[in-house]
Amino acid sequence: MISSIIFIILFSAGAVWFTINVLKIRRNILIGKEIDRKDNPSQRWKIMTLVALGQKKMFARPIPAILHLFLYSAFVITQIELIEIVCDGAVGSHRMFRPALGGFYTFLVSFIEILSVLAFIGTIAFLSRRNLLKVPRLVKSELNGWPKLDANFILLGELTLICFIFMMNGADEVLYSQGLSHAENLNDGSLGLAISSHLGPMLFGGMSPESLHIVERIGWWGHIAMVLGFLNYLPYSKHFHILLAFPNVYFSNLLAKGKFTNLESVTNEVKLMFDPNAVVPPPSAEPMRFGAKDVMDLSWKQLLDAYTCTECGRCTSSCPANITGKLLSPRKIMMDTRDRLTEVGKNMDANKGEFKDDGKSLLTGYITPEELWACTSCNACVQECPVNIDPLSIIIDMRRYLVMEQSAAPTELNMMFTNIENNGAPWQFAQADRLKWSEDL
Amino acid sequence: MDSPITNHQSPIRTMADYLAKGEVPEILFWVGCAGSFDDRAKKITKAIVKILNYANVKFAVLGTEESCTGDPAKRAGNEFLFQMQAMNNITVLNGYEVKKIVTGCPHCFNTLKNEYPSLGGNYEVIHHTQLLQELLDSKRITIEGGSFKGKKITFHDPCYLGRANDVYEAPRQVMLNLDAELTEMKRSRANGLCCGAGGAQMFKEAEKGNKEVNIERTEEALSLNPDIIAVGCPFCNTMMTDGVKNFNKEQTVKVLDVAELIAQAKDL
Repeated sequence: MISSIIFIILFSAGAVWFTINVLKIRRNILIGKEIDRKDNPSQRWKIMTLVALGQKKMFARPIPAILHLFLYSAFVITQIELIEIVCDGAVGSHRMFRPALGGFYTFLVSFIEILSVLAFIGTIAFLSRRNLLKVPRLVKSELNGWPKLDANFILLGELTLICFIFMMNGADEVLYSQGLSHAENLNDGSLGLAISSHLGPMLFGGMSPESLHIVERIGWWGHIAMVLGFLNYLPYSKHFHILLAFPNVYFSNLLAKGKFTNLESVTNEVKLMFDPNAVVPPPSAEPMRFGAKDVMDLSWKQLLDAYTCTECGRCTSSCPANITGKLLSPRKIMMDTRDRLTEVGKNMDANKGEFKDDGKSLLTGYITPEELWACTSCNACVQECPVNIDPLSIIIDMRRYLVMEQSAAPTELNMMFTNIENNGAPWQFAQADRLKWSEDL
Repeated sequence: MDSPITNHQSPIRTMADYLAKGEVPEILFWVGCAGSFDDRAKKITKAIVKILNYANVKFAVLGTEESCTGDPAKRAGNEFLFQMQAMNNITVLNGYEVKKIVTGCPHCFNTLKNEYPSLGGNYEVIHHTQLLQELLDSKRITIEGGSFKGKKITFHDPCYLGRANDVYEAPRQVMLNLDAELTEMKRSRANGLCCGAGGAQMFKEAEKGNKEVNIERTEEALSLNPDIIAVGCPFCNTMMTDGVKNFNKEQTVKVLDVAELIAQAKDL
């Protein structure tokens, strides 16, 4: 009874705290500018099924893809068992679904156990890739400090979680075989769990019934505590991708990657320059800014991208600028955007929901012009991202701010602009000479 | 008619020439700035023209009425300049009621195809490798037995043709006709590595780093020991040519546009 109450309090607190944090992140994302990504729902469901659920783009690199698949499928399938754990916790029962589901229950939990073992192997491999093998993209400078710790916390958390599962199931197997488990005895001698029916006796075989019950309870409570802890860690961590990957892929850019947006505010001004009588929508009352200086100048999708990024670095490892030692790292662009947005969110929390100018901005405060000017706009980062994040669009929006608001393009680019303006070509050649190439044909 | 746009020395017919005779060309060849002015790229332009003439394609150019699409300005963040260029070009193109355009450059291709429609310029736009594929498929050109037989060719995907527009097969299909040995770099198609010129980098010094992008890419291409590095973009051409020179391989490894390969195979 007491344990049920503790469980319900713990569970409710975890759920409420998580909801509060998710709503804050939603609010932060929605300070972004409007952009229509709700068209074409059938195509969007399809891409979400393939890319998010089906992990299609992960398989461009098969080894991490398979390891990730172990963790991903274990995570997804474990949610089924979690339903039982929550029900058991709330009413004080033990393995309440087993009598009704019978063989299917054994199959399901066994399946989860096998996936958990694979996930355990995957997690060890991931820890090794980060800390021993030092895979280049996982040890780049932008990961120094918190991001590196964050990654290791998550992996160690997953290992702990899996250990708790096997403590819980393993001890219970031993107890059940002795007729001492709190699970309803179906006179079958064993819970029949694929891994624990072997692992349990190996690890806990010689223990007294009291110790076994303690181990089982530590496993059970540890498991649910880890789940709730993990859930509430997500909003503070790159690991939030496990949830945001789905909406982020749903709201993907469905158009050709080479198509950059045409700024409508610019179109209106250009139309008026061509024809002073052109009918354009009246300029908005708010002061208009061309391009992006700070997170509120970006679209909500770009901000959702930032929260979705799990810092895997596939973008950076395929970026021609980064490969050749330039400062630009598309992953850092996303991390900076998220970090600045988090800062803006805290500012809003402290000021009754209104953002108060803090004298900082994403551009220069986090991202430097040197990074932005190193981009070749080749779309490799966009292509690589397993969850369809688009760092390039942020880079271009910030270049737009540098050029159109600050006239801060590199000198050579200003010369190129002048040439286009005067000669209709990026070089100093006269438009009248455009056909000269053909004269000696 | 004695306007400067019809009264020119060139054997190539402009849209104005067609209009003056009340004719309509099959397709507009958008030459592009590099193709018009850059000495190396002019050779690609001529190769395309020779192929079009050989295949009896009734084509026109804009000549002195062509102007930069605005691509480098847009990638550099100068949206104003881009849209000014776009609106000017659209006025000219719509004035001639242009329906179909072939470009000699993937940057012009991408901009005209993707970024002009919402500004009022709606055309069917194809890259010259796609036109070559059409001409080969419809047997308007055929290639027998090859001067390229036994030659090893590797194709460098231009970002604005490949990833930007998912055109990977056209240049490869065209080159299959050469009877050469086509070999792929590790980073090809969707994983292709940029030559380093995109995003207006062509017009500026690279930011500080430890290597030039074109060197990284040329190194990868040269590791296959090709006879020819094939390209489909005048800017990639410059970058790869410079890269090959950097490794002192210009005597043994040629950087050629797919159009030049076809023109050479036909001895045009």
